[in-house]
Amino acid sequence: MAPVMAQDVTVNDLPWLLEYSPERCQMCGKCLAVCTFQAIEAATERRLASPGGGNAPAYRLAPVIRQSGKLAEACVGCGMCAKVCPNRAIRPVRNPDSRSELLVRSGGLPAKRGGRNNLLKGRTLDEIVVGRISQMTDPALDSERHTFDIRAPFGRVLGAGALPLAAEGGLLQVTGKTPPVRWIYPVIFGDMSVGALSPRAWEAICLATAYLNEVHHLPVRMCTGEGGLPPGLLRSEHLQYMILQIASGHFGWNRIIAAMPEMQTDPAGILIKIGQGAKPGDGGLLPAVKVAEHIRAIRGVPKADLLSPPNHQGLYSIEESVQKMHLSMGAAFGFRVPVAIKCAASSTSVSVYNNLLRDPYQICGGFFLDGIQGGTGAANTVSLEHTGHPLVSKVRECYLAAVNQGRQGQVPLWAGGGIGMTGQAAADAFKLICLGANGVFIAKLLIQLCGCVGNENGRCNACHTGRCPVGICTQDPRLIRRLDVDKAAQNIVDYMLAFDSELRKLMAPVGNSSLPVGRSDALVSVDKAVADALAIAYAC
Amino acid sequence: MCRIGAIKSKAPVHPSQALRLMMPQQEGHDNSGFAMVMQDLGGLFAPYPDLPLLSLACTQKGTQLVEDYMEARNFHRVFEWVPKPKRRTGQDIKAMPHYIFRCYDYPEQYAKAAWEEKQELLLDARLELRSLLEQQQAGYVYSFWPNVLTLKEIGKPHDIADYFRLWEDNGELQAKNIVVQCRQNTNYEVVRYAAHPFFLQGYTLCANGENTFFTRNRDFQRSLHRGYIGFESDSQNFLYTLHYVLHVLKWPVQYYKHVITPLPAAEMEGRKDGDALRLIRQSLAHLEINGPNTVIAMLPDGSLLSCCDGKKLRPVVIGGDAATKVITSEVCGLNAVLPRRKTEEDVYPHEREVVIITPDLEVQRWLQ
Ligand code: SF4
Ligand code: SF4
Repeated sequence: MAPVMAQDVTVNDLPWLLEYSPERCQMCGKCLAVCTFQAIEAATERRLASPGGGNAPAYRLAPVIRQSGKLAEACVGCGMCAKVCPNRAIRPVRNPDSRSELLVRSGGLPAKRGGRNNLLKGRTLDEIVVGRISQMTDPALDSERHTFDIRAPFGRVLGAGALPLAAEGGLLQVTGKTPPVRWIYPVIFGDMSVGALSPRAWEAICLATAYLNEVHHLPVRMCTGEGGLPPGLLRSEHLQYMILQIASGHFGWNRIIAAMPEMQTDPAGILIKIGQGAKPGDGGLLPAVKVAEHIRAIRGVPKADLLSPPNHQGLYSIEESVQKMHLSMGAAFGFRVPVAIKCAASSTSVSVYNNLLRDPYQICGGFFLDGIQGGTGAANTVSLEHTGHPLVSKVRECYLAAVNQGRQGQVPLWAGGGIGMTGQAAADAFKLICLGANGVFIAKLLIQLCGCVGNENGRCNACHTGRCPVGICTQDPRLIRRLDVDKAAQNIVDYMLAFDSELRKLMAPVGNSSLPVGRSDALVSVDKAVADALAIAYAC
Repeated sequence: MCRIGAIKSKAPVHPSQALRLMMPQQEGHDNSGFAMVMQDLGGLFAPYPDLPLLSLACTQKGTQLVEDYMEARNFHRVFEWVPKPKRRTGQDIKAMPHYIFRCYDYPEQYAKAAWEEKQELLLDARLELRSLLEQQQAGYVYSFWPNVLTLKEIGKPHDIADYFRLWEDNGELQAKNIVVQCRQNTNYEVVRYAAHPFFLQGYTLCANGENTFFTRNRDFQRSLHRGYIGFESDSQNFLYTLHYVLHVLKWPVQYYKHVITPLPAAEMEGRKDGDALRLIRQSLAHLEINGPNTVIAMLPDGSLLSCCDGKKLRPVVIGGDAATKVITSEVCGLNAVLPRRKTEEDVYPHEREVVIITPDLEVQRWLQ
């Protein structure tokens, strides 16, 4: 009898098991070829051929596909094998008795992964419904026939009293400078870097952005993430759709600055990333495996783990941040480009927002609040699961803080982190807007539209490994080829067109032709605690 | 749907005209109240155009509170009109025990004060009186302003008029401008303060419809000005925005329309004031209205103004002759008071129009 050691790791310890039917398998090997994690291998097994007539039973060798029992080769449940199998002979199933959380730290290092928080189950937005429907007291609008004005501000909006206006011949004329404000679609594609994403995935999002703008006239903007952007794009007209991100690593900015004299147009905006909802305080991380040749060129870095510090070196207070970052970024583009800031949602968000609202320079062009359900390409699991703040109540609190000062809308509030987790981004956006957001930003949803199979139930989430099975979160040329750029872009465009229609379908019944920012009266919650926390009506 | 109306006349007219304007429009209605604001008064008040006139309904205790307050603030009573109610059995009116329509002289220290200063004084006095009466549940104060009289009551408009003898044109009550409405709030609780027209520092307004941006307007207006209070009705949003745009920001009148129903961005481009329009929309996004609405407003100079929501979901008609102009919800009312006018000159403004009737009765149509 073979000895068994208690510490041996076997297939049964891993998070996913493969359900395999040898009788259906034709041994074509497609699953082996497609699995990027070496989670399966071709093997032979000894089988009883016949019960045997005499004393010796007869055996035969059967070729099989077998799951690897090694931790480093654990199946991630991506389902690519099932996708390619012509006979439906194999598919991954969750292992409820997995011991992998205990095993992955065996090297003495923190566990890492990509994706979203997997622990939080409830979703506040799903406890809220649009309960104020125009019935008799006022007519609902017709979502197909009426014109709707679906635009959101990006940039610092001044109070009416501070506007430099003077009447000349009965008409008001602008007599002084005001901060730049762009009216854009209330959805920003954000902020996944070239580096975190494969060039094809990044290109697909760029293509979708340009197509939505130029063909469908939806002024959607895309944020670059921290990592710069390709030199060709920097020098093209399409830069007008891009929001350039600067984070603590300043990656890509030497190239951006070098390109400035040759820029054909201003970028759509600058987003200073202070923190990220998925892993606040953890800093950025691009594992060395993903630092490919072109990434090194764009960012000007060697092949190594690229870590953005958890804070901006040299910024020790909010005032500092306002003065240094906002002013210098604003000045870099002649104060023609709005500069906004992105923070992880946190218990301190309202204080930050108050400071931005009251800052005497009136220069912060947007407060991007990123909730705990946002995604990431690579993070320490402990940060991903246990740090961060739910988005919804924080957006509401920030909005109400602005209401108390009569400054709502002056520093536009953009909400992100888990938008469209259920696939229904328009409803999420609408509810957040009613609670006070001016717009939303989405990211994980975009790559899911491109084909990412990762989810919040522990599926895949292997973005940090460089072995993304669908060619999205990898720089491996063979894997990248799995992604059809045009199809990916098309999926995003289709989704956004549907989003636009669905948003109208929500605006019409509440009788609004422009975005109902702060119309909390349109919402009711079926959960009393949620209703109370958000100061909306409770209904049952 | 409420029916609203306004009469502007060269010679002062009696409130019975306003009633005649509204009665035919009340067909099939709950007719739950009567409210009017009269401006540029004739009759008994004609000698006192410059003295602030207090319009108030209260209990016995309320009268004492008002007396004490006005005395403490050094307002001296100059003239008073006490309505002599005609009580009949079966009258449908929830009358208050006392109605005060009193002209006061300004406190001595304000004798030489600028009008700007007096405007603030009068508003403060009204707000203080309101909170005083509210605390003691002793009454309602509607306006305190020179040459402006407000009457509001709950009940059947016909009976309310009967009670106050408004049908009898005895020359006592007259005004060149009357803004009127014959219904209590139907959406929410019936409270006297919820009945339009609403008045604030020379601006009067009533609105027919539903402002679906009520919450968002209210949340913004609350911190804009101390006079923006109450919010018993979504029509107050319209008044406060009118006051903010014209009185606080001092922008030309047409910008009121640009604030409540801004042009789409594409249409702003190419306008001479396109840059200003963009900034205005940006800064005052929370004063935009939505939902079906028609507004009738009266400005401090006695001009009447009307405009509506961006989709023109509620009716309004403007008509008149050389001596009288009327803005009202339905043409049947106009026919009742001015049957011989040239109906072909009636104006049915569309969603982009602002109609202004100037003090000399010129009808200006201004396209947004
Ligand atoms: S599910 Fe994915 S990781 Fe698992 S065996 Fe199949 S291809 Fe490999
Ligand atoms: S499919 Fe790619 S992007 Fe999606 S979770 Fe897996 S590794 Fe990450």
